[in-house]
Amino acid sequence: MSTSTAGGVVKDGVHYHQFDIVIVGAGGAGMRAAIEAGPNANTAVISKLYPTRSHTGAAQGGMAAALSNVEEDNWEWHTYDTVKGGDYLVDQDAAEILAKEAIDAVIDLENMGLPFNRTPEGKIDQRRFGGHTRDHGKAAVRRACYAADRTGHMILQTLYQNCVKLGINFFNEFYVLDLITVKDEDGATQVAGVVAYELATGELHVFHSKAVIFATGGFGKIFKTTSNAHTLTGDGVGIVWRKGLPLEDMEFFQFHPTGLYGLGILLTEGARGEGAILRNASGERFMERYAPTIKDLAPRDIVARSMVQEVLDGRGAGPHKDYVYLDCTHLGAEVLETKLPDITEFARTYLGVDPVVEPVPVMPTAHYAMGGIPTNNNAEVLRTNTDVVPGLYAAGECACVSVHGSNRLGTNSLLDINVFGKRAGQNAVEYVKTADFVPLPEDPAAEVRDLIEGLRANAGTERVATLRKTLQNDMDLKAQVFRTEDSLTEVLGTIEELRERYKNVHVDDKGKRYNTDLLEAVELGFLLDIAEVVVYAARNRKESRGGHMRDDYPKRDDENYMKHTMAYLTGDPHSSDAADHITLDWKPVVITRYEPMERKY
Amino acid sequence: MSTAVIESEQPGGAEEAPIQSFLVTFNIRRFDPEVDAEPRWVDYDVEMYPTERVLDALHKIKWEQDGSLTFRRSCAHGICGSDAMRINGRNRLACKTLIKDLDISKPIYVEAIKGLPLEKDLVVDMDPFLDAYKAVQPFLVSHSKPETGKERLQSPEDRARFDDTTKCILCAACTSSCPVFWTDGQYFGPAAIVNAHRFIFDSRDDAADVRLDILNDKEGVWRCRTTFNCTEACPRGIQVTQAIAEVKQAVLRGGR
Repeated sequence: MSTSTAGGVVKDGVHYHQFDIVIVGAGGAGMRAAIEAGPNANTAVISKLYPTRSHTGAAQGGMAAALSNVEEDNWEWHTYDTVKGGDYLVDQDAAEILAKEAIDAVIDLENMGLPFNRTPEGKIDQRRFGGHTRDHGKAAVRRACYAADRTGHMILQTLYQNCVKLGINFFNEFYVLDLITVKDEDGATQVAGVVAYELATGELHVFHSKAVIFATGGFGKIFKTTSNAHTLTGDGVGIVWRKGLPLEDMEFFQFHPTGLYGLGILLTEGARGEGAILRNASGERFMERYAPTIKDLAPRDIVARSMVQEVLDGRGAGPHKDYVYLDCTHLGAEVLETKLPDITEFARTYLGVDPVVEPVPVMPTAHYAMGGIPTNNNAEVLRTNTDVVPGLYAAGECACVSVHGSNRLGTNSLLDINVFGKRAGQNAVEYVKTADFVPLPEDPAAEVRDLIEGLRANAGTERVATLRKTLQNDMDLKAQVFRTEDSLTEVLGTIEELRERYKNVHVDDKGKRYNTDLLEAVELGFLLDIAEVVVYAARNRKESRGGHMRDDYPKRDDENYMKHTMAYLTGDPHSSDAADHITLDWKPVVITRYEPMERKY
Repeated sequence: MSTAVIESEQPGGAEEAPIQSFLVTFNIRRFDPEVDAEPRWVDYDVEMYPTERVLDALHKIKWEQDGSLTFRRSCAHGICGSDAMRINGRNRLACKTLIKDLDISKPIYVEAIKGLPLEKDLVVDMDPFLDAYKAVQPFLVSHSKPETGKERLQSPEDRARFDDTTKCILCAACTSSCPVFWTDGQYFGPAAIVNAHRFIFDSRDDAADVRLDILNDKEGVWRCRTTFNCTEACPRGIQVTQAIAEVKQAVLRGGR
């Protein structure tokens, strides 16, 4: 007897729905896509969470666009900064699209109702942010459009409000666990929809669709210290991986410099944009040594590395000399209360430190995946370096266009979700106008049913939380800001062991309704798969570039590594040796205007 | 009882180590719809540090003692709005409630927020809450088109007029703390009015009269008894009761 109220035709206990376009994920990219798709095609948005719980809401500092509202700026400078910020691994045609379309993307949001901070003339106000410069690196430029330090919250709310206005069809707390694919006569992958697990009832739903857009966000939970939500377990990326589709540049993960010490909660770079300074134990402004021109506003990879270096060199603060300070005291109470209110409260609540009068202990926190599902500039998912899967799209953090290369600039992710979310929605609408439904295979929910029931029935003794904690601890120790061949080999060994132990994982909750115990077990499977790819690709890249710092290969090596990593699942996916089931390949970087140069700030 | 002291080092924590941990008792109102006819209170003893949060306690129970304990959470730092619950009789976010701010000499009582249908343990059905939100037209309605490719202008003063109510994260802590909402589920509730306020007082919006009309309904702003529960409950510090009062005044004025 079905308890689901979500409708659909029920056959053999499985609900069947049909939509032209299914969007997986209701964060910024998913809802921006929905605003394009909803009015023009029969569209459903399927989300593991209620839409406004999505982690876009945690973004703080701003969204970059060369509006020139407060000083001279132009999109070409923004393109250059994005390419240089990404340590030249950025596809430059994509970066140009990002920077050009940024202006409309911000205006779109304002027109939809987003309450940006304003200049005295009533225009959208802008502030400085790391790596964004005037005239190719001459000085920091005010490019980040912002709403206090809750820009992401305002974007998420505004997009949701507009989805409500448009009557978008949401399936909330539905956990998509499989992409339904069929091979055509030439062996190419075709998309037929997705399979979702309804959290409220434990029932399975097949969504038959012409097009699928993945907008499932990141996977920061492979690390212990992270700014990411508990729910960011890389499900969408993992689903695509398990289908044999490639993942790009997975070794590049961004560690945001200013996570609250011990907790990883984000303190926006906007604080430094407003003038806050990083100091070591002796009070020295150490970024002057690492980035003499733009100092504390250097890109995140450089600042994070500099902070860890200070600690390694014995200049860290605190009883264990294991953190540095973010000093906001000279900004004054008014700037903190009006432009940085949320982070001021975070420091007070969680560390008991008042930023108005004392510096805040900070250390880098795992923040953003530059890699992910490879797409072209139309947000179409690639199945090889050049061929796409028709009807399959990805946008936002789960995707790799690549506009961020090996290191994303702050404020470019809120931009990415809007520019490429919109493109994904528009292109899916065009696609479904002429495409037919690919017929569903026999019992399309079979694999998900096996996965779920296998976990529910497993009589093993391993606890999900124990395995997850072991993974996260080891990733922090061995695959964080500094990496070596040895550290990566060690953590790969841990992952292989955990993948074996995962086969005996046990859930306490055997019920159907809101079984979050089962959900966490499924999520752990994705975390292990993804961590394995991240580490395997990291070990293979014997150079240092952007967010990937190899202590044993400290220089960038353009001769051998000026190319994207493409990882494929091949062979036995359950084998405990990564080499048995991960095949690595390369994809050329698109270079249009800017020849790679040494990166100095 | 919960005064046992355990000496060990806290992982992360900026103060001098070692920091004392305590054995704290959590009394959680549990309900499994597949088994229980009625909710029941269950005790758990958990080792906690003063700077940890109630959400950490729930995770320790779920991860180490009983995986079936069910609650929503996501961001874990007070911006996603997933984990509103009643903690010692007050609506709070579990991720923003520090152990050191509670009296741990007694058990800490944790239960689902009231006034919305209980689904399982600490999980309620949020749909009635979101239906009320959607009913106040929580989106910008403007009859004039902005110049193509340009923002609508808004002075910093006009922007400041509705700043407080833009902070809402739809956690339902306010609405589910409201005695009027408990007895009359038809009442729009504070959160819906807060979100109406956010647009009524936005100088770019042209539908204030529509929303004021909706909220002048018998289930609208006049049901508010100014008990201030909502303002106390709001984890974002929104002056909820004041926002409701401003909407009431706007209804009487017949406009913003």
